[in-house]
Amino acid sequence: MTETMKHTLLFVFVGVMILLEGMTDFLFFSGSWNSALVILNMGLISAIMAIGVNIQWGFAGLFNVGIMGFTALGGLAVVLTSTPVIPAAWSSGGVSILIALVMGAMTVAAGVMITKFMAPGKLRMLVLAGIMIVGFFVYRAIFDPAVGSVEAINPALQGNIGGLGLPVLLSWPAGGLLAAGAAWLIGKTALGLRSDYLAIATLGIAEIIIAVLKNEDWLSRGVKNVVGLPRPLPYEVDLQNDPGFVESAAGLGLDPVLASTIYVKAGYALMFTVVLLALLWMAQMALKSPWGRMMRAIRDNETAAEAMGKDVTRRHLQIFVLGSAICGIAGAMMTTLDSQLTPGTYNPLRFTFLIWVMVIVGGSGNNFGAVLGGMLIWFFWIKVEPMGILLMEVVTSGMAEGSALKAHLVESASHMRLFTMGLILLLVLRFSPRGLIPEK
Amino acid sequence: MDLLNALVALTNFVIVPGLAYGSQLALGALGVTLIYGILRFSNFAHGDTMAFGAMVTILVTWAFQSMGISFGVLPTALLALPFGILGTIGLVLLTDRTVYRFYRQQKAKPVIFVMVSLGVMFMLNGIVRFIIGPGDQRFADGERFIITARTFKQMTGLDEGLAVKTTQGITVITAIIVVAALFWFLNKTRTGKSMRAYSDNEDLALLSGINPERVVMYTWMIVAALATIAGVLYGLDKSFKPFTYFQLLLPIFASAIVGGLGNPLGAIAGGFIIAFSEVTITYAWKKVLTYGLPDGLSPDGLVQLLSTDYKFAVSFAILIVVLLFKPTGLFKGKAV
Repeated sequence: MTETMKHTLLFVFVGVMILLEGMTDFLFFSGSWNSALVILNMGLISAIMAIGVNIQWGFAGLFNVGIMGFTALGGLAVVLTSTPVIPAAWSSGGVSILIALVMGAMTVAAGVMITKFMAPGKLRMLVLAGIMIVGFFVYRAIFDPAVGSVEAINPALQGNIGGLGLPVLLSWPAGGLLAAGAAWLIGKTALGLRSDYLAIATLGIAEIIIAVLKNEDWLSRGVKNVVGLPRPLPYEVDLQNDPGFVESAAGLGLDPVLASTIYVKAGYALMFTVVLLALLWMAQMALKSPWGRMMRAIRDNETAAEAMGKDVTRRHLQIFVLGSAICGIAGAMMTTLDSQLTPGTYNPLRFTFLIWVMVIVGGSGNNFGAVLGGMLIWFFWIKVEPMGILLMEVVTSGMAEGSALKAHLVESASHMRLFTMGLILLLVLRFSPRGLIPEK
Repeated sequence: MDLLNALVALTNFVIVPGLAYGSQLALGALGVTLIYGILRFSNFAHGDTMAFGAMVTILVTWAFQSMGISFGVLPTALLALPFGILGTIGLVLLTDRTVYRFYRQQKAKPVIFVMVSLGVMFMLNGIVRFIIGPGDQRFADGERFIITARTFKQMTGLDEGLAVKTTQGITVITAIIVVAALFWFLNKTRTGKSMRAYSDNEDLALLSGINPERVVMYTWMIVAALATIAGVLYGLDKSFKPFTYFQLLLPIFASAIVGGLGNPLGAIAGGFIIAFSEVTITYAWKKVLTYGLPDGLSPDGLVQLLSTDYKFAVSFAILIVVLLFKPTGLFKGKAV
């Protein structure tokens, strides 16, 4: 069996699994097309995130554990792009918030300039500390009252500055841009660090981003969540009230409620597939180009690449920005799919480490591997729970009804999910360290 | 008098909690730093190792409580602690055998070890949730306070009370004992010296006949003990919840890195730096300032630099600032 054949079969396997999920309720499958499409949609988004991580890790060997932060920024971009403008917020405090933010940025910039241009020593430390402290208090003096007045506006529904009121699809590239901007800032400061220090720094920055999203209510409504974001597709209820749609659903022999939910989910799946294919095509082109070869050369031997005249720091920054932008796009797509931003749900196990599992299992350095890993691991992430319950029922079938151990085992089966993900990761790292579809 | 009140308020709300939290972080960071120094990778599974150790201790504590065994005014968990440590030693030696040793023999890159520790982290996280469930567990018993705010007020006649929880006292005392024992071990015993030699220069240590597998084994055993003690102390002082322990990974790494990875002294210093900055930056200073400043100058607002929800963000902001100026931490840590 050729390599290509084997890899195609792996993709076919994932496809068949998702088809079975829709068609049959045998074993752990649920037999619902809605559920199959839900898995497919998040699988597609996961595949995009995996491509982003693969570009950073597989192409260039950058160990970024801050993916959650960029995903969340993508989510924020949806709110900032597509929600309607709130004029009251802008007239009361929005402008002052912007001025305060610019002030803060100028303080930081002044600090950077001073470290750059002043000779090191006590004087520099003093001037730096002075600028930072004065800057902080001026910033807070402008910022706090402005935030207070914005957050006081209709807090049950708004209390934030709103967005630009643009079509929601524009928020996908906007998410990429926002994440790219943040990645540029982070990369400028953190990319000089060595592997483990860089990893922890990115982990920390992601936590800071989440902390900001959770607490700056004027920006993202914090843990009050932004719900009812605009959708690129019609609402199910509207479809069910549309006689034309009901008629064509009946023509296919479908119940209009079921048909409308499937119609919307399939629409998302189609849009996500288009984005995925476009990004995959670009990533493949990049990998095969001289630029991709240079990246891999830097990854394999930084010193040698530097000796050949490659600007390693610049290339690292470039790829860090590109990979993060892709994660930002995926984050925006995910928030659009949920049509709500819930900052409280971002958790590094799910949004950082699981994506890493996808990339490693799929095959780091290979874009198709990343896509496969994304879809496959996501399928298992959803389906391990019913599998675990099934397994526990088999294991405990010999035990007496109502025994405490049996109840505990069946009840705890849902925690098998994390355990299984760890086990899959360890097995792949041990027996197939280059992943299911290895780098060529 | 007002100055005394200010001092008491400061002690009550900043110094005592900061010392207790700092000790817990320092013990955790010591474990991370030892692994980094000797096995040369960042162990992402450390938070979940702490959770596992604390879980075993909790289960033994419950068994003791149901048998009617108690430790008087002290928490029963202290009696169960040795069992927790033994259980965790068993666990880490098992993971080393089945997982890490293979990559050591392959001489895999450090970043592969980090990935592997991610896998271990996932599995431990699952195991702990599987056994004890994801919820909050209470296992503290014994006397709750060494001194309560009311008794303190009666004793001193001050307006401001000072309360010290038993768990806070135990945390600080245990941390001092454990750290002293660890440094004695590293500096005075043969095994400790060989561990340090191995950490400083692997090849030289191998040449002088040190058995690397033994060094690795002792390291894991010490790390298991440190992790369990840190986990139990944190659980007694705050609460035990598996997810909290996973989140603790972040401030613990921040502590270890601020001090310099691989440097035990740095880990302790880092623990207290992180703990005190978290507490002072998110503490509302109004009360202390009102007492401390002359009348009429007392502040209107809460005088809080950042809201309490930013606790986590603070440790990272400090981490990043330190790394910007000292890329391997304050005490010159290693970089592999």
